[in-house]
Amino acid sequence: MTTSAETVGKKFNIDTVENAAKTPDTELPWAELGLKQNEFDEVVKVLGRRPTGAELAMYSVMWSEHCSYKSSKNHLRQFGEKVTEEMKKDMLVGIGENAGVTNLGDGWAVTFKIESHNSPSFVEPYQGAATGIGGIVRDIISMGARPVAVMDPLRFGAIDHPDTARVMHGAVAGIGGYGNSLGLPNIGGEMVFDSVYQGNPLVNALAVGVMRHEDIRLANASGKGNKVVLFGARTGGDGIGGASVLASESFDDTKPSKRPAVQVGDPFAEKVLIECCLELFKGSLVEGIQDLGAAGISCATSELASNGDGGMQVELTSVLLRDPTLTPGEILMSESQERMMAVVTPGNIAAFEAVMDKWAVEYSWLGEVTDTGRLIITWEGEVIVDVDPRTVAHDGPVYDRPFARPSWQDSVQADTFTGSVQDAGRPSTSGELAAAITELIASPNMCSKAWITKQYDRYVGGNTAMAFPDDAGVVRVDEETGLGVALATDANGRYTYLDPYHGAQLALAEAYRNVATSGAVPMAVSDCLNFGSPEDPDVMWQLAESIRGLSDACMELGVPVTGGNVSLYNQTGTVPIHPSPVVAVLGKLDDVARRTPSGWKEDGQAIYLLGTTAAELDGSEWSNLRGHLGGLPPKVDLSMERQLGEILINASRDGMIDAAHDLSEGGLAAALVESALRYGVGARIALDELVERDGVDLFTALFSESQGRAIVSVPRSEEIRFKDMCTARGFAHLRIGVVDAAGGKLEINGVDELSLDALSEAHEATLPKYFG
Amino acid sequence: MTELPLIGGAPVAVEPHLLGAKIGVVTFPGTLDDRDAARAVRLAGGTAVALWHADTHLADVDAVVIPGGFSYGDYLRAGAISRFAPLMSRIIDAANSDAKLPVLGICNGFQILTESHLLPGSMIKNDHLKFLCRDQVLRVENNKTLWTSDYEAGEEITVPLKNQDGQYIADDKTLDALEAEGRVVFRYVGWNPNGSRRDIAGISNAAGNVVGLMPHPEHAVEPGFGPESNAGTDGLGFFTSVLNKIVGGAQ
Repeated sequence: MTTSAETVGKKFNIDTVENAAKTPDTELPWAELGLKQNEFDEVVKVLGRRPTGAELAMYSVMWSEHCSYKSSKNHLRQFGEKVTEEMKKDMLVGIGENAGVTNLGDGWAVTFKIESHNSPSFVEPYQGAATGIGGIVRDIISMGARPVAVMDPLRFGAIDHPDTARVMHGAVAGIGGYGNSLGLPNIGGEMVFDSVYQGNPLVNALAVGVMRHEDIRLANASGKGNKVVLFGARTGGDGIGGASVLASESFDDTKPSKRPAVQVGDPFAEKVLIECCLELFKGSLVEGIQDLGAAGISCATSELASNGDGGMQVELTSVLLRDPTLTPGEILMSESQERMMAVVTPGNIAAFEAVMDKWAVEYSWLGEVTDTGRLIITWEGEVIVDVDPRTVAHDGPVYDRPFARPSWQDSVQADTFTGSVQDAGRPSTSGELAAAITELIASPNMCSKAWITKQYDRYVGGNTAMAFPDDAGVVRVDEETGLGVALATDANGRYTYLDPYHGAQLALAEAYRNVATSGAVPMAVSDCLNFGSPEDPDVMWQLAESIRGLSDACMELGVPVTGGNVSLYNQTGTVPIHPSPVVAVLGKLDDVARRTPSGWKEDGQAIYLLGTTAAELDGSEWSNLRGHLGGLPPKVDLSMERQLGEILINASRDGMIDAAHDLSEGGLAAALVESALRYGVGARIALDELVERDGVDLFTALFSESQGRAIVSVPRSEEIRFKDMCTARGFAHLRIGVVDAAGGKLEINGVDELSLDALSEAHEATLPKYFG
Repeated sequence: MTELPLIGGAPVAVEPHLLGAKIGVVTFPGTLDDRDAARAVRLAGGTAVALWHADTHLADVDAVVIPGGFSYGDYLRAGAISRFAPLMSRIIDAANSDAKLPVLGICNGFQILTESHLLPGSMIKNDHLKFLCRDQVLRVENNKTLWTSDYEAGEEITVPLKNQDGQYIADDKTLDALEAEGRVVFRYVGWNPNGSRRDIAGISNAAGNVVGLMPHPEHAVEPGFGPESNAGTDGLGFFTSVLNKIVGGAQ
């Protein structure tokens, strides 16, 4: 057997357009490639003939759920429709491009996006998580931005399940191994353990990048005669979905029959690609650029062409290959990592090549932009694809999937925690309450995540002003002025399971609150909607309700969604994950030096609780610890969230507070312990007034997860001013204690004394206990 | 030669009289902390000059910093490929010459210096086999090198440590010689984070102009962006040490 290019070309029995027109009845493996009968019929209708093998490959991947959003598109429209003028003000690029772009002022712009890499991370956790980082970072580069930080919200199965360690070790090492090698600080994320994610772990990745306004780049191919170039890593057989079918087109049965469906990452190639692209942007050497992610060359060519003003002609044998036995269809579908496609004017070819040579990046010129309105792909000159690129990239099927409120929703919502079997023996004595606090902060979801975060480089770049475990990650953008951004991601699958509409709003409220807690003004939202199968009306209802809730809440808080991703079919058999809309909020700080950390430092500062507490234990971490999930999630009050945010932002800007921590999962108990452990500085707390004012018992005061709350530490000199501000705004505020730097303990009236050493040990021991 | 891809402007030099001193910062494919090293030079008052691995001259710099990262992906042995870069030959010659060019290797830079045989020993994977990022306390064992003269002997400083292959190893004879000659410049204090022999965090050559260490002083130069202990600027002394020496020598 030989693999020379000449014989390779022949042995494929290339299915040309001409051949397809002549052989309408040829059986095609459309079902194996994931197309439905109606979808295949639509392809035939669009083309006026049967598709060639290569065309079928393109349509099948581009019309997949992942690429076309066919089940969610009708609902996602709300993000674009529920937008006020206020929300559009700072949006430079909205949904639809690789990532949205927001104006930061002073000529700066920021782009960020969150995406899922769930299924690959279950199959092969290291590479799945690593390439998740790689893909989202290339989206950011494609906009013309320098990536400056990453974050990683993770949701795994039960902490004590034997398979969780496999996913945990692999995913964390993959995120670290890839992200650390790119020189991007990892500034935060989430870690949730819940058995609903056992067979469907959620590995989401967020990247943020910054640029000057004039550097914004869009993915389009314009200008007849401009050249199309593919550069970066070579194209290999990794990440081909359904490739075994296409491979059977070949008569060569000696080639590997199974290709890995998970891509393999090379962070070094990506790092070089980042620097190389930034140099191209600086020299204005590319007219349009697109990263190669899902659906590889199929996606890049069809999107570039359809977003431009004409067509494109590409010779597929010019693609540099890692594996010379790849068929045209496989080349079009390959999801090999670290590749980019760009459009370059003939006059810039030499300069473009000089940049490639400097960074030792391989490239090949594939073809050029045309004015025919057609995407033509040839194989040794023979036409194997001749399509209107819009039909591939944008005119995929759209489904109005049936959805209905699940029959079980009412009974779940009626099953409240208070009074349930699991609520028996609720802690009430001082000893029981102390034990409960210790149990809570050692629990899988509330314990220290340092085991994970210490495997990530948070320093590289020298601009990290704040990172995990503070409420938000903060990165400086401009070294002269201190201008910077804050980012937080949040989701609560339990809340969203109980009530998808409000659960999604709660995710946004928490991320918004986290950003405001750091002192930043929330500006934009990116969301990663992780759900089960859209073909299940129950799940489809969860998705529809979540999108409706999230888009309503975005409008009320005045923060637009600028991009994101939908991940469906996250279910094992017929059992879906909890609906998990992960919401990322980006905020702006005029000077990152003014950021507010979560931990107490100065002895004698007053600790205030902002907001009020109701008996809201349903869906809480405490009820989770007792094995209960039912009732209704905490009440959402977005105008309250907005007021709280303004107080936190103003107080930070005017130097009225030195520390702030939002109250969310684990309630006041978790927040107090976290603020104390941050710098090892304790406090004396009395909740008697709170208990009386809000009409709750001490246990509820500590463990309720009522929203719109935060604790802040206020210097004595600022106390009057701070109180006056809260009073003037009519926002509930209560002095609940004082920072005690020398005591080494957290004293709460009515609760046995908690030494910081013991709390720290309990908080830190959990992840090492399970993961070494 | 490449221009360092910076975001934002250059902070104003705090010591204008040091501006004349030029410190080269080397970028290899895969270098990550080059912008940080350049910022540290500027914050210490000097002028940072970007050096590209393929350059064949040193651009008249007064000293060189080889920053951290994963040059060439470190897929072979960390630093094993970078050692053969054209610029490294110039650096090796200049470091060994009578002029004794001051050279600081940080993290991957330290690994490149051992691969270049400017410093003895080698680095292997951390004994716990994981990447580790933490604020690390070091003791300055030798303040007589060109890069440590602004510290007190025995002073304890806190700088970030972040690496996967940070375990310093050498044979006992080499280690004994390093100790005897005072060439152990830094030792880990409190906890040995990677299994390094004799808690060694950094060493120098016999002349004291070449220093390598695994922790990152360039990430402890600006309040608010480094370790939370002290002002977070314990690493600045590396850069002021060499700048004061260069400017002092020129006067």
